[in-house]
Amino acid sequence: MDFSSINPVVLMAALMVAATPILLAAIGELVVEKAGVLNLGVEGMMITGAVVGFAVAVTTRNPYLGMLAAMGGGAAMSLVFGILTQLLKANQVASGLALTLFGLGFSALVGQGYVGISPPRTAKLNFGFLSDLPVIGPILFRHDPMVYASIAIVAGVWYWLNYTRGGRILRAVGENHDAAHALGYRVLRVRMLAIMFGGACAGMGGAYLSLIRVPQWTEGMTAGAGWIALALVVFASWRPWRALLGAYLFGGIVVLQLNLQAAGFRIPVEYLAMSPYLITILVLVIMSSGRARKSLAAPGSLTKPFHAAG
Amino acid sequence: MTEPLLAIEGLTKSYPGVVANSDVTFEIGKGEVHALLGENGAGKSTLVKAIYGLIRPDAGHMLWRGQPYAPAAPQQARAAGVAMVFQHFSLFEALDVAENVALGMDNPPPIRTLAARIREVSNAYGLPLDPGRLVGDLSAGERQRVEITRCLLQDPHLLIMDEPTSVLTPQEVEILFRTLRQLRSEGRSILYISHKLEEIRALCENATVLRLGKVVGRCDPREKSARALAEMMVGTKLHQPERAAHKPGQVLLEVKALDLRAPSAFGTSLKEVSLQVQAGEILGIGGVAGNGQDELLGALSGELRTRPGAVSFKGATVGHFGPTARRALGLLCAPEERLGHAAAPDMSLTENALLTGAWREKLVKNGFINARRARAFAESIIKRFDVRTPGPHVAARALSGGNLQKFVIGREIMQRPEVLVVNQPTWGVDASAAAAIRQALMDLAQGGAAVVVISQDLDEILEVADTFAALNGGRLSAKRPVQGLTMEAIGLLLGGAEGDSDAAA
Repeated sequence: MDFSSINPVVLMAALMVAATPILLAAIGELVVEKAGVLNLGVEGMMITGAVVGFAVAVTTRNPYLGMLAAMGGGAAMSLVFGILTQLLKANQVASGLALTLFGLGFSALVGQGYVGISPPRTAKLNFGFLSDLPVIGPILFRHDPMVYASIAIVAGVWYWLNYTRGGRILRAVGENHDAAHALGYRVLRVRMLAIMFGGACAGMGGAYLSLIRVPQWTEGMTAGAGWIALALVVFASWRPWRALLGAYLFGGIVVLQLNLQAAGFRIPVEYLAMSPYLITILVLVIMSSGRARKSLAAPGSLTKPFHAAG
Repeated sequence: MTEPLLAIEGLTKSYPGVVANSDVTFEIGKGEVHALLGENGAGKSTLVKAIYGLIRPDAGHMLWRGQPYAPAAPQQARAAGVAMVFQHFSLFEALDVAENVALGMDNPPPIRTLAARIREVSNAYGLPLDPGRLVGDLSAGERQRVEITRCLLQDPHLLIMDEPTSVLTPQEVEILFRTLRQLRSEGRSILYISHKLEEIRALCENATVLRLGKVVGRCDPREKSARALAEMMVGTKLHQPERAAHKPGQVLLEVKALDLRAPSAFGTSLKEVSLQVQAGEILGIGGVAGNGQDELLGALSGELRTRPGAVSFKGATVGHFGPTARRALGLLCAPEERLGHAAAPDMSLTENALLTGAWREKLVKNGFINARRARAFAESIIKRFDVRTPGPHVAARALSGGNLQKFVIGREIMQRPEVLVVNQPTWGVDASAAAAIRQALMDLAQGGAAVVVISQDLDEILEVADTFAALNGGRLSAKRPVQGLTMEAIGLLLGGAEGDSDAAA
């Protein structure tokens, strides 16, 4: 066993990269849940984004076009969910699960011709002297643009939810859709837009996996990242900055696990692979035991379908 | 003749199966407090929703200061100067007061400016509010202040109030009325919807009475008695529930020195409660809410178990029995909360009838539901208690309060109970439904059952009960005959309960 082979600076830098896909998916889902909708199809939207983004990036040789296409793909998937649950009033849990299963199958079909291909490289940003700083440079200032974009999205969502009229309306719709309707807000429209934002974010997260983190296309490559993102939203008690913190925590576990394996740490790989999920469960249990505070944090109309009654 | 602020002409709106409003015409003048009176389901809410732009009428038109007025959305109504305080508040518990107010405005100023204006306006109208507090932490009265302040900030010409006092304490009603009179003196008009007739007589100078969607009368409520108004609403002579004096019979229900710890932190523990009810007797239990009413009902229904001897039915100890076993014997209960306790909101009336009637009405055999019998049972309740609904397949949630209350009380009465315990049987129920429920309870006692009516409405107790006992801080007073009991005497029986509850409020 050789712990000296684990370099904390590299570990921290890798952590940010590992966390970015779940962070993107989680921040999108957070907005969806704040609007009162639970979309369990995050995994399906992520993998759709991963394959669509990969295909477009390989075809056009441009990773950013791939990212854009992935957002479109994720949003299109979420639109299916939106039509089912909002217009046709289908059950949200069942529709979300169906979306995940559909996404996994659909991506495997589309991705058949892309296995074993390398995508175009995404350049890392260079912040000049900042990137050359010891320790801080490699951890914070030598990443690809998407890492920074994800943090910017978190900041934007936080600001938008709390300090703008649009954000206030979205929270109102999620909190009590009947009251929002009575005041003249378009509940279904707000929810549809939120669902599509969530889909676009999940798609982007998926494409980050296939284009930057791995980078390659393999079937089922999201491997549960969407579920971690869902747990993360609850872990964060529907607050954007906590979602960032949680994502980096989970990202850290994933990276540490890989590093420990490389260092020959004598523990079956399976235990390490389980650890993010175990911690998710543990955190959920701890959180739900603090009864009153958590019940206040969850949006009041979460998962309730809205019927505009007279 | 001055031009009215709002004139409604021939307004008609129908939904599949019901005509909610049919050719409704009336006017509201400037600075007028106009009452809209009617039973549940008379079409009051539909009418105000049309004025507020939430629904579009099928026919007819409205004039606002002489100009055609047809709001397609609440935003347009607000722009014209119409504001509305909803019956079930349109507030968001997880948001603070200022955010809630901002959501009801079309062009809200920045939150900080708004918070200052909320303080200013709410104080000016005697409704002080802290803009930074979460609405979820506020009392019902304070929540209504938020709604009213939200309206006032938009400087409305017409304020619509839909059943504003149903959740308020008498003190809060007093404050509200002061505010409303101040608004009138500023030249604003108020459309006031209620079925509390005394309030309307105290506040309004004009009334339009609706029945089954049609205007059936106009009057000055100050010149009419509450009874005359009620008869205009119902359309028939309101018959006062009546029956012969009861003859004492066998003791059917007895509670002996019942001590019970409240199951929740906010409940009231029962202390040495004892009572006896005879066949043919109606015992009224009065008291301010939160003095142990829910716990007493729970102890009698079997939801809360006690030591076996604490509750006995026809001499047999039943304190350790659950609700089903007690039902089988003939001890039935109808709790206060209609949606969620007495009835499952999303289940149909048939299913709800089955929930308590399964055993006594033999609706279940070998674990299988006899669907035909269950539906027939629900239909018989609907028929006998005049529950206004398209049929037994309708979800409980879709019924108005009064109709659902008739259904849940009727469901127990139809099971021929020997002892029936009801809590707040006519809470939030309109006059004619309340009279029907009280009459049914009296008929039940007349037929030889023992009835316990737990109620905060002392008038109701004086009307139906033979004997009276007061519940105060979890203790029950000795029972007295109602005959000859005055309001003052009851106040004394409640023994300091008044003072205590004021201090707690």
